[in-house]
Amino acid sequence: MIESDGLTKRLGGRVVVDDVTFRCEPGTVTGFLGPNGAGKTTTMRMLCSLSEPDGGSARVLGGRYRDLPNPGRRVGILLDASAQHPGRRGREVLAVSAQVMGVPEPRVDEMLDRVGLERSAGRKRVRQYSLGMRQRLGLANALLGEPEVLILDEPANGLDPEGMRWMRSLLRDFADRGGTVLLSSHLLAEVEAVADQLVIIGAGKIRAVGSRDELLAGAGTLVEATDAAVLQAALERAGLRATPTGSGSFIVDAKPEHVGRAALEGGVVLRRLGPSESAGLEQLFFELTSGAGGPEHPAVAAAAANHDLAESAR
Amino acid sequence: MSATTFPTAATPLDPATRDTRPTLARLIAVELRKMVDTRAGLWLLLATGGLTLLIVVVVCITGEATDQTWARLTEAATLPASVLLPIIGILLVSSEWSQRSALVTFALVPHRGRVLLAKLLAGVGLAIAAFVLCIAVAAVATAVTATTAPGQWSLSLAMLLQILVNVVQGMVMGIGFGALFLASAPGIVFYFVLPIAWSIIGEIDALTGVAEWLDGSKSLDPLTDHLMSATEWARACTTLLVWTALPVVAGWMRIRREELK
Repeated sequence: MIESDGLTKRLGGRVVVDDVTFRCEPGTVTGFLGPNGAGKTTTMRMLCSLSEPDGGSARVLGGRYRDLPNPGRRVGILLDASAQHPGRRGREVLAVSAQVMGVPEPRVDEMLDRVGLERSAGRKRVRQYSLGMRQRLGLANALLGEPEVLILDEPANGLDPEGMRWMRSLLRDFADRGGTVLLSSHLLAEVEAVADQLVIIGAGKIRAVGSRDELLAGAGTLVEATDAAVLQAALERAGLRATPTGSGSFIVDAKPEHVGRAALEGGVVLRRLGPSESAGLEQLFFELTSGAGGPEHPAVAAAAANHDLAESAR
Repeated sequence: MSATTFPTAATPLDPATRDTRPTLARLIAVELRKMVDTRAGLWLLLATGGLTLLIVVVVCITGEATDQTWARLTEAATLPASVLLPIIGILLVSSEWSQRSALVTFALVPHRGRVLLAKLLAGVGLAIAAFVLCIAVAAVATAVTATTAPGQWSLSLAMLLQILVNVVQGMVMGIGFGALFLASAPGIVFYFVLPIAWSIIGEIDALTGVAEWLDGSKSLDPLTDHLMSATEWARACTTLLVWTALPVVAGWMRIRREELK
């Protein structure tokens, strides 16, 4: 369980995190999405008592992180894979953490195996590691103490597609066994496949919170015709709001059935018709994070309303 | 909360450690380990050991008989330690910030003061260990040279204590400077340059009175030279307060507030 309650942080006179509220339940993976500089890292640092909030509070496993007697055994953290002494051997990095936590040393080698780092890689100094290897080492470090909660900042950075798939299944498995996962990313594609819940942040403010399915369902219908202009005219006549995606297709704020009927009446041949899924979410993400304005997309308002309902029901 | 655990590997973890705070002794052991598990740390220690042996051998071969007593050799043997160990102290704190491993350190132990205390005690422990080794090396050297100088084996406890204070103060001052600057290069440079600069300024006539109390090259020099008088102790302690205690306290305050990069 992770709870962020109105977290606010000012750095150098600028509000970098502004009243951020969300919670992550056991058994779920929460994707924390936002462009670089949106305040993800600062929020995560406040969750881990590494940065003092100027307002609001953070709770991990029901209390403040800093009050956990041996945090490494309850919460696994990877905040920056590059933040390691380059002159230390990979295995030694884990051995030091294991010693702090009181975890037996054989576990270090098991964790290296677990994240797919060879023994020979463990003997190398971190200086020689690629970013992908550092991510794996950081993940091993986070998993070392058999935690119940994982907090990972941009863990997919530097991983190859195979590594990304591997990490997704690891996180899914962790959550399915009752663990709580919060992972951040500036790329929607990285989290979309694994996250149950999405928290989207832009310019320090929460832009949308909701389950992945909620946000996807509300994102409308993706439609593409042989003749884009005719389709657009048909949709307009039917009174449907359509947004061009730029590749000749449109995202329509309506059910596929209604869009199909409009196309039929307009006499236009469709190439694609269906729930917009990622295309919609991607656009949503883009809109939310690029514009400085508040929630505009209907899906966000809906998701926000759902979120409020869920909140008041508690 | 339910006590669900996530067995991810064969080695079972003791559930009791989930809620057991790491002891200060364990944190000190970890900090001692960090001093030697990086290339920089290891080479500094090896260099210290090598230089110590070199100096002792040189004194044994070329020194006057009066220098070849256990006491004099011990004093000579601690010279490398008193100069190089502080660098290990500086790096022990500053590297956590310049290499940003502080993110992991403070995530595992979210009490920065406790980590700094462990570093201080580990540094003092290393200084004491180095000192004991120096006495042993000096003893071997004394036995080997076997001159007939009077009082060859006499070693005053008070003198030993003074030499120990000299070695430990360097280490603590190093850790203080590391904490104050939180960057390796400035920490090391200012550790060596500031005292020299102050010595030069102290040459100004109007300041010689102050320099006697605050210039380490004057007030700390007797520590390794002769048994000190009460006045000399007062001067040494004043210097220690300003050059050692003050950086440690200021550095501790900085570390408590500093945002991690």
